[in-house]
Amino acid sequence: MKHLLQRVLFYLFTAWAAITVNFFIPRLIPGDPVQALIARYKGQMSSDAIASLYVLFGIDKHASLWSDYLKYWKQLAHGDLGLSFTSFPTPVSEIIASSLPWTLALVGITTIISFLLGTGLGVIAGWRRGSWVDGLLPVTTFLSSIPYFWLGLVAIALLAGPGSYFPSSGGYEPGLVPAFDSYFLSSAIQHSILPALTILISSVSGWILSMRNMMVTVAAEDYITVAHAKGLPERRVALSYAARNALLPNVSGFALALGFIVGGTLLVEIVFSYPGLGFQLFRAVGAKDYPLMQGIFLVITISVLVANLLADVAYLMLDPRTRKEG
Amino acid sequence: MRQPVLEIRNLDVGYGLGDVALRAVRDVSLTLHRGEVLGLAGESGSGKSTLAYGVTRLLPPPGVITGGEVVYHPENGSPYDVLALGDRELRAFRWAETAIVFQGAMNSLNPVHRISVQLTDVIAAHQPDLSARARAERAREMLRLVGIAADRMDAYPHQLSGGMRQRVMIGMALALQPQIVIMDEPTTALDVVMQRQILRQLVALRERLGFSVIFITHDLSLLVEFADRIAIMYGGRIVEEAPASALYRDALHPYTAGLLGSFPALRGPRRDLTGIPGSPPDLTSMPTGCSFHPRCPKAFEPCPVTIPPLGSPDTPGGSTRTVACLLHPATNPEVR
Repeated sequence: MKHLLQRVLFYLFTAWAAITVNFFIPRLIPGDPVQALIARYKGQMSSDAIASLYVLFGIDKHASLWSDYLKYWKQLAHGDLGLSFTSFPTPVSEIIASSLPWTLALVGITTIISFLLGTGLGVIAGWRRGSWVDGLLPVTTFLSSIPYFWLGLVAIALLAGPGSYFPSSGGYEPGLVPAFDSYFLSSAIQHSILPALTILISSVSGWILSMRNMMVTVAAEDYITVAHAKGLPERRVALSYAARNALLPNVSGFALALGFIVGGTLLVEIVFSYPGLGFQLFRAVGAKDYPLMQGIFLVITISVLVANLLADVAYLMLDPRTRKEG
Repeated sequence: MRQPVLEIRNLDVGYGLGDVALRAVRDVSLTLHRGEVLGLAGESGSGKSTLAYGVTRLLPPPGVITGGEVVYHPENGSPYDVLALGDRELRAFRWAETAIVFQGAMNSLNPVHRISVQLTDVIAAHQPDLSARARAERAREMLRLVGIAADRMDAYPHQLSGGMRQRVMIGMALALQPQIVIMDEPTTALDVVMQRQILRQLVALRERLGFSVIFITHDLSLLVEFADRIAIMYGGRIVEEAPASALYRDALHPYTAGLLGSFPALRGPRRDLTGIPGSPPDLTSMPTGCSFHPRCPKAFEPCPVTIPPLGSPDTPGGSTRTVACLLHPATNPEVR
C-alpha cells in the first residue's frame, strides 16, 4: 500500500507540473486569437471591432502572468475550463463533453479489441513457433510500420466515396439528431467502421509482435521445462505458465494505451473528420483557441496519468514480485 | 538380484540435423537399478545433461534423439521404450514415473504462482479424481518431507531462499512417488553447507521411499560420498563405470584419475592438486580414436587411431565395472 501511495503522490506532482506547463504553452505561441480572426477576415475590420474583440476574449487587460495563473487554478477548481474562443459563448467543458464520447467509443473499443486480438494471436504465434502462424509475422511487421493516417487516406480513396456504403467523413449522417435510437446508432456504426478498421489494422500488429516475442523469451525459461517435465497438459503449460508470465509487459502497455485513447489518434480523426476530441484539438490549434486547447490537454494529461496508475495497480496484481513484504 | 528400473541402450543424441549436426551423446548404454544412486560425472559439455534431457524427451530444439532406446521397467507391468511413447502416454509417464530436479534452483519455479499452486497442479494433472483438499494435504505433506513448514505453502518463490526453493523442487519431484528421480546438478547454485544438507536429506528420503536416483554433477567428490555407482562421461561417451568405492580407490581411466586428482581429499596426507591439462573437446571436431588422447598423460601409439570399446577390464573385481581405455583392454567388449 505504501508503494501505491508513493505512486499516487508522484502522479499528483506530475499532474501539477503538467497543468502548469499546460497554462504556459498557449501563451508562448506567437500571435493571439484576435490576430487570427483579423487574418481570417483579411484585415477588413475596423479598429473598433478589433478592440471590442479583445475585450470579448478577455485579453485586453494585460494582466500579469502570475495573476492569470492564479485565476486559471481558481477556475479549474470550479470545473470551469473557460469559454471557447471560436464558438464563443460555449463553455469548453461542454465542447469536451460532447466530443469525448465519440473518441471513447471509437478509439476505446478498437483499442480493447486490438489488445485482445493481438495478444491472443501473439500467444499462438509465440507458442507454435515455426508453424504457419510465423508466416503472418512479416505482414504484421509491415502493417505496424504503416502510419494510421496514411492507411486512413488509402481506405478513403479505395473504399469510400459517392455510392459507397462507407462514408468518408463525419461521425453520423448530417441532419440526424444524436439520440439513442436505432437509426442514429446504425448511422454512427456505419461511420465508424472505416476509422475503426484503420486503427485496428495498424495497432494490432504491435500487440502481436510484443506478445509473440515475450512468449518466445518466456518459453526458454527453466520453469517452462519443469512444467513440461511435470507432464502438465500442453494447454496449461502454454496459458498458465508461459502466457501468464509473458502477459506482464503487454498489460502495462495496454494500460498506457488506454491513457492515449483520448488524444492519441488525432490524425485518424482528422482524416475522417470524426467529431472526437482529437478533431476538436486540431481545430482549436488552428484557431488559436487557448481555453479549448488547454481543456483538451488537461483531459489528455489526466487520462494518461490515470492510465499510468492503472498500469501500476495491474502490475501489482499480476506480478507478486513487485509487492513489498509486510 | 538387482533389478533394472531404467535401461539406456545405445542412445545417440545430437543437436541439429545433416551436415551441421553435432553429436552430444554417442552410443551411451547405462543401466539404473532399483533403489540405487547412480552418479553421472564429467566436465561441462561432456553430454551429461543432454543425456538426462534425452532420456526424458525434454530436449529443447534443435536437440534430437537419433538412435537407441530407453527402456523403463514399471514396478508392476511389462517394460516399455520411453522413446516410443505417444504424447498422451509420455505426459502420463513424466513426473509420475520419472521426476527431475533441474540445475537452476532459482528459475525452476514460476515466479507468479504460489508454491501451493505449483505443487498441486502436477498432482491434479496426474490424479484428476483426487479432491482439491486431498491435493493440498499431499502438497503440505511433501513440504514437511523436505523440512519446510507447511505455512510456506502460500509463499511465492521469491519469498524463499535458494536452498528452500531447491527443497521445494525435491518435494515436488516426490509428490507422485516416482520410481526415478533425475537430479541435474541440483546443488550447483547453493553454498557448500546447503549442498550437504540437501544431499543428506535426499539420501534419507531415498531410504524411506525407495526411489532410484540419477545424480548428474561435475563434482566427483560429492558422488564418491553419496552415489552407489558412478559413470564418467567424456566427449559424449561413457568412459568408465564402477561402484563408487572402487572408482575412488582405483580409477582405471586416466580421465577419471584426472578428475579425482583435481579435488582435495578430506582425510589423509596433503597432496598437490593436479587437474587435467587442456580443455574439453570441441564436439564439432572430435579427436580421432580415443577422444581423450590429446590430454591423456598415458597415451600411446594406438590411442589416436583406435576407439577403445567399453567393457570389463581384466583386473580383480573387474566384472563389476567397465572402462573404455586401451590400457585396460576389455575382456568382453560389447559388440558394436
